[in-house]
Parts: sequence; C-alpha cells; structure tokens
Amino acid sequence: MSKHVLSILVEDKPGLLTRVAGLFARRSFNIESLAVGTSEIEGLSRITAVVSVDGAPMEQVTKQINKLINVIKVVELDPEAVQRDHMLIKVKTDATTRSQVLEAVTLFRARVIDVVSDAVIIEITGDSSKCAAFIKILEPFGIKEMVQSGILAMGRGSKSITEKVSK
Amino acid sequence: MSKEVLTGAQAIIRSLELLGVDTIFGLPGGAILPTYDPLMDSKKIRHILVRHEQGAGHAAEGYASASGRLGVCLATSGPGATNLVTAIADAHMDSVPLLAITGQVGSHLIGTDAFQEADIVGITMPITKHSFLVTNANDIPEVIASAVLIATTGRPGPVLVDITKDAQNQKFDFVWPPKLDLPGYKPVTKPHGKQVQAAAQMIAAAKKPIFYVGGGIIRSGASKELLELAELVGAPLITTLMARGAFPDSHKQNLGMPGMHGTVPAVIGLQRSDLLITLGARFDDRVTGDVKSFAPEAKVVHVDIDPAEIGKIRHADVPIVGDLKEVIPELTAELKKIYATKKQDISEWWKTVNTMVEKYPLGHDEPEDGKLSPQAVIKRIGEISGPEAIYAAGVGQHQMWSAQFIKYERPNAWLNSGGAGTMGYAVPAAMGAKVAQPERLVWAIDGDGCFQMTNQELVTCAINNIPIKVAVINNSSLGMVRQWQTMFYNKRYSNTDLHTGSDSLMLPDFVKLAEAYGCLGIRVEKEEEIDAAIKLAIETNDRPVVIDFIVSRDAMVWPMVAAGVSNDEVMYARDAAPVWDGRE
Ligand SMILES: Cc1cc2nc3c(=O)[nH]c(=O)nc-3n(C[C@H](O)[C@H](O)[C@H](O)COP(=O)(O)OP(=O)(O)OC[C@H]3O[C@@H](n4cnc5c(N)ncnc54)[C@H](O)[C@@H]3O)c2cc1C
Ligand SMILES: Cc1ncc(C[n+]2csc(CCOP(=O)(O)OP(=O)(O)O)c2C)c(N)n1
Repeated sequence: MSKHVLSILVEDKPGLLTRVAGLFARRSFNIESLAVGTSEIEGLSRITAVVSVDGAPMEQVTKQINKLINVIKVVELDPEAVQRDHMLIKVKTDATTRSQVLEAVTLFRARVIDVVSDAVIIEITGDSSKCAAFIKILEPFGIKEMVQSGILAMGRGSKSITEKVSK
Repeated sequence: MSKEVLTGAQAIIRSLELLGVDTIFGLPGGAILPTYDPLMDSKKIRHILVRHEQGAGHAAEGYASASGRLGVCLATSGPGATNLVTAIADAHMDSVPLLAITGQVGSHLIGTDAFQEADIVGITMPITKHSFLVTNANDIPEVIASAVLIATTGRPGPVLVDITKDAQNQKFDFVWPPKLDLPGYKPVTKPHGKQVQAAAQMIAAAKKPIFYVGGGIIRSGASKELLELAELVGAPLITTLMARGAFPDSHKQNLGMPGMHGTVPAVIGLQRSDLLITLGARFDDRVTGDVKSFAPEAKVVHVDIDPAEIGKIRHADVPIVGDLKEVIPELTAELKKIYATKKQDISEWWKTVNTMVEKYPLGHDEPEDGKLSPQAVIKRIGEISGPEAIYAAGVGQHQMWSAQFIKYERPNAWLNSGGAGTMGYAVPAAMGAKVAQPERLVWAIDGDGCFQMTNQELVTCAINNIPIKVAVINNSSLGMVRQWQTMFYNKRYSNTDLHTGSDSLMLPDFVKLAEAYGCLGIRVEKEEEIDAAIKLAIETNDRPVVIDFIVSRDAMVWPMVAAGVSNDEVMYARDAAPVWDGRE
C-alpha cells in the first residue's frame, strides 16, 4: 500500500461530493481522508484526498476522477508538499493533571480554546505524525471527545494549481 | 440569438428540436405531464408511446446504434425513471449516446418522500456519463444542450436530465443558443504526433502483428479509415463482439471474433502475436480470459478516446488518446512514409494463421433430437436478408450464434448488449433501429427467455407501423445458462426449463401471442420450412412478424474458453482442444 495526496479542483455543483466519493467507492479505491472547501476562485472548490493504493493503479484513480465532468483538474502532490491536519480534543482534567496537560499543549504548540473545571478543549494543527504523537501524550489523562478535519495540502513554492484555470 | 417567453416544458421540446432530435421513445405520468403537452404539437419530433419504460430506453439505444445518432427517451418520476435504469446501465457499458429525460416532483417536495419521488440522479450516478437535476426553467436550454454534447462527444454514453414539475411549468425568457459552461469537459480527439510516430515504428517492425478492433471503430465511424490502414499493413484482424461489422467479414484479413466464444484463429492469433494494434477496444475479460496469460509475447499499441481505458487492464507500450477517425489517417500517413523504404515480411505469420483458419473453421453439429439446428436457422436468416439488413440480438446462445454465423459487411448492422448482457434488449432495440432506418430490413434475433422480458413492445410496433421481424430461437430453456449447467454442474438443470417448446407445456404459445399483439405469427419446426418462413417474414410489411423456430435445446456454443482460464485453453468443440504452434 502506498499513500498519495491528491488536490482536486472541482466546480462547486450540487452532488459533487457524492460523485467523487461514489467513484472512489465503486472503483474500490481507498480514501484515508477527504477535505473539501472553497478555493480562491469563485465557483470552484478544492478537495484534498489522501488515497492508498497497491502499486500501479494510482494512474487509474486520477484518470477516473478526471472523467467526472465537474472535475477541472487533478494534481498528485509530492510528499514534500505542506500537509496539515486540524484537530479538536476534549481532555479530562482536574487540579492535579491540568498543569501537565497545559505543558503538553505548550510543547506541541497547540492551543487551549475552552476551559471548565473538569475538562479543556485543545486545538492542534500539524502533520499527521505530530497530531498522532500529541494524542498519545494526552491519552493517559482521558480523551472525552475528538474531531479531526481531513488533511489539507498545498504544493510548496510560488506555483499554484489554479494557474491557467479561470472561471 | 432568439428570445421568446416559453414555459420550461415548451423549452424542453424546443431545445430538443433545435438540437436536431426527431424521435423520442417514452411514456407519460404526473411529473412529466407538462412536457407531454407541447410535445403533442411538435411538428419535428415523433413521440413513440412504449408499453414499458425499459423498452423506451432500449429503443433509444437501438435508434442510436443503428444510426450513429443520439437516442432519446422520456419518462415520469419514481417508477417511470427507475424502469429506465437497466437501459441506462446498458448504454453506459456499451458507450451508446443516450439522453434520458425524467420528470421530477416539484422542487419544494424534493426530499420529503413525496408521491413518486425517487432520487434518480443519485440512483444513476454510477451508470451515467453525467447527470443534471433542473429546478429552474432558466437552466433548461443550457442543460439540454450540454447533455446532448456530453452524450454524443468523446466516449459516447448516457446522460440523464431530471427536471422538476415546477421548472416545467415556469415561464421564462427562452434564449437560443445557450452559452455552455463545461470547463471540466475537454475530450481529446487529436492524437499526439510523437505517439503516432512511435506506433507506426512499432507496427512496421512487428513480425506477428494483429489488429484488435473494438466497438470504438463503430462509435467513431472510422470503418473506411480502418480498411485503408489494415490493407496497408496487411496484418490479420479480429473484431470483438461490439465491433462485428466494423470491418467486412468477407475480407480475408478478418479472422472473426475473439474471446470466450471467438473463432480459434482469432483467439490463438491474439495469443501468438507480437503486437496488438488495439483500436477502440477495452481488453474485456470475455476477450482476454485470464489476463496474465493473455497474448503473453505481445507489445501493445492502444488507441482510445477515453484515457482511463488505456493501461486499465493491460499495459500499453504506445498509448494514444484520440478519436479513431482522426488517429487512423495520421497513422496510415506515417506508415506510408516508413513503408516507402522498408517493410517487414509477415508471410511466415500468415502461414501460421492460415493453418488455423483452414483447420478450425466455424462449424456446428447437427442436433440429434430431430429439432432444428439453431445455428442453421440463424445462418439462413443472415444469408437471405443480406448485409444491408440490421440484426439486433438478445443475450445468450442465440446472441453468440448471431455474432458467429451472420456475416457482417458494414458497421451499425449488428446491435447487441455486450457489456451488460441485458436480456430483453432485442425487441425494443430492433424497434428503435427500424424507426431510425425505416428503409432497412430489421431483425430481432431473440431467445425464448429474452423475448419474454420485453415482447410487449410488439404492440408499440404494430400500432405505430414499425414492421420489425422477430426470430425466436426457441430452445425451451435459458440456453446459455443450461450450457454452463451441462458443462460445469453435472447436467443438473436447476431452473432453466422455460416450457416454451412445442413438446412441452408451450406456455406461452408464441404464435398466439404474436397474433394477440397484432403481428403475423409463424411456427417453424421442419428444416424445409425455414427459408419460406424467412421470406414470408421479409415480404410482410403491414405488421410485425414473429417466427417461432423450435430448435434443439442441446445445441452448444463452440468454440469456448471457460471463464477465467487462459485463452490457450480454447476448446474447439466438446473435448476437442485445437492443436497449434508446432504441437501438431
Ligand atoms: C453472453 C456474452 C458473451 C460474450 N462473449 C464475448 C466473446 O466471446 N468475445 C467478445 O469479443 N466479446 C464477448 N462479449 C462482449 C464483452 O462482454 C464486451 O462487451 C466486449 O468484448 C467489449 O468490446 P470492445 O472491447 O470492442 O469494447 P466496447 O465496449 O465496444 O468499447 C469501445 C471502446 O472504444 C472507445 N471509443 C469509443 N468511441 C471512440 C472514438 N471515437 N475513438 C476512439 N475510441 C473510442 C471507448 O472509450 C471504449 O474503450 C460477450 C458478451 C455477452 C453478453
Ligand atoms: C436480465 C438478465 N437476467 C439474467 C441474465 C443471465 N443470462 C444470461 S444468458 C441467459 C439465458 C437466456 O436465455 P434465452 O433468451 O432463452 O437465450 P438462449 O441462451 O437460450 O439462446 C440468462 C438467464 C442476463 N444476462 N440478463
């Protein structure tokens, strides 16, 4: 299994996400994460998908996605591209553990965004391995709740995938 | 640019007229009623009222496949729309340009489980090239024009347009032509020059080249171009089930059909070749058998308009994305340049191939039960009707025999359901073909099983003066499935007896059924009656004709490569594997 990060530029049409997700499912492509949002061009959205495949069929994945009429462009980002995960974590705390939790927050450059007497909500942004390491540290205190965005990714340098694309 | 106040419904009809649509197959209901009203006044569009929406879908496919033009079908929401699903899936598998228009419940009712609401866009998403849901009349001209463009260009396929009832009733300023906005749709038709050169070099260097010709040749209308290229190269050529007629059967380079029920020379020709010149074919598993052992020594030149087909199943040494109609002439021109100085001698290859052609011609046994030979019946239909006729088949043994024993000389003469294998395709497809090409003789060659799935459209034919001829190859069973039971399930015939034969319950009696439907019904049980019945059918044009040919149920389709095994294991007939490649 190898992992690939795809940036997919799409027209912002109803049902678009169903088309993309349905395609992945029926061609038995594995999606590890999927994040969708607007792009800098009005009417166009950008999907970041992390796909895992065995060997050769990656080309099939991009070709099949490209066949969707509302897809404008598919780019496979290189592994050096900036990749960020975003998480909210609600951790149990009490008078004795709070300071240890806050120490971990500082160490990982995370942020506390809500505090009550027996819990805190922490926000962290980073690549997947940093987020995973952070969770491992917090686990002993008791994670009550956790949400995670899909991975967002962007190629480094000044080039953009929307160059030559106009709407 | 024209501008006029129309209702959405009027705009649907007007847009279709302006796009050159002359025929729609359909059946009304609540959610599409507004559109049926202006349809009644159209002078340019003939609407044919079917008896089941699946019939409308296959008729539109038959219309499209016989003429090379867009086929159009129309249905109401909910069950009307879901009845189209099988035909849409069929068109998707066989790359048929099809436009399906469905009514949808009012936009304020969507999502409420309203009466006859079905999410047909969602249901058909995996089996359409694209689909649209229209809730505002202003979008109708653009959507219909986009749908037609998408269905008919690039790799053809089905497009669904679902239009809410309120959008059909809404008045708006109809503007034509609409501005299309499809930034993500840019089919590549012109090939890459370098790739064409590389392909030409590879073809010129091959010692054992073979043309692997697929349905793409027919969809692109490139038969003439293919003939010139094939004769220039002089290599053997095979035509897939979807490509029967893309190249004349009478041509000595044509080895016939490859695959599970292909000819021995075609199957082994591919296996032994050193270069597959693949033109609009998609390495279907019925053709390759076990992919790992398919054509093991061959390099591959693969031309297809759909980039995703290239490298999907088999690696292409020279991939070419483009429309065959544009690619082939460029390839021919390149090869002419190369041949001016050198040309590979392929006479040794032809010797090998010709040995197989002589040794393993297509043939069939005579039945031992005194019933008609189905192969002989089908052969006579082809011989008497000739290459200008159109032949639409159902799915099963009769389909394979029709592909094998009728000789095709032109594209669009052979219509069938290859990718989906949809029983029930033949009668409505023949109806659609006859509407598209009324001057041609149109046969539906059907099985007794398939015929019972869609024969209600005979009424549509009778009432609308669409005199098709139906040959029911009646073996009183689901023959193709029975053949597998004979071969792989110890002759345990679980649920394949249909009781339609003349020595069984004979339910239904196809002759009486034909008469009930306003058709001429003929039963043929003796060999000497075959020709006369076919001729009577051809001469009868005041109503459709159904001939019930009572044939042997033990006849089997040969040759055969069992599913999933290597093509090297092709069986010429039961217990008879061909001897080839020096093993004689
Ligand atoms: C009972 C049964 C038995 C069968 N047995 C056999 C058998 O023995 N042998 C056999 O061959 N088949 C058999 N089939 C059919 C088989 O399932 C496939 O449908 C068929 O082999 C596919 O044909 P094809 O490769 O020509 O591709 P098609 O399905 O015809 O595809 C056409 C290709 O051409 C491309 N194309 C379209 N337009 C253009 C253009 N303008 N320019 C370039 N490319 C274009 C498309 O993108 C596509 O890739 C059987 C089917 C049934 C139901
Ligand atoms: C809608 C549908 N259901 C089931 C099948 C499976 N199937 C393939 S061939 C066949 C038998 C067809 O019988 P008949 O129409 O009598 O033709 P024959 O094989 O006897 O010529 C069946 C059931 C199918 N292809 N399509």
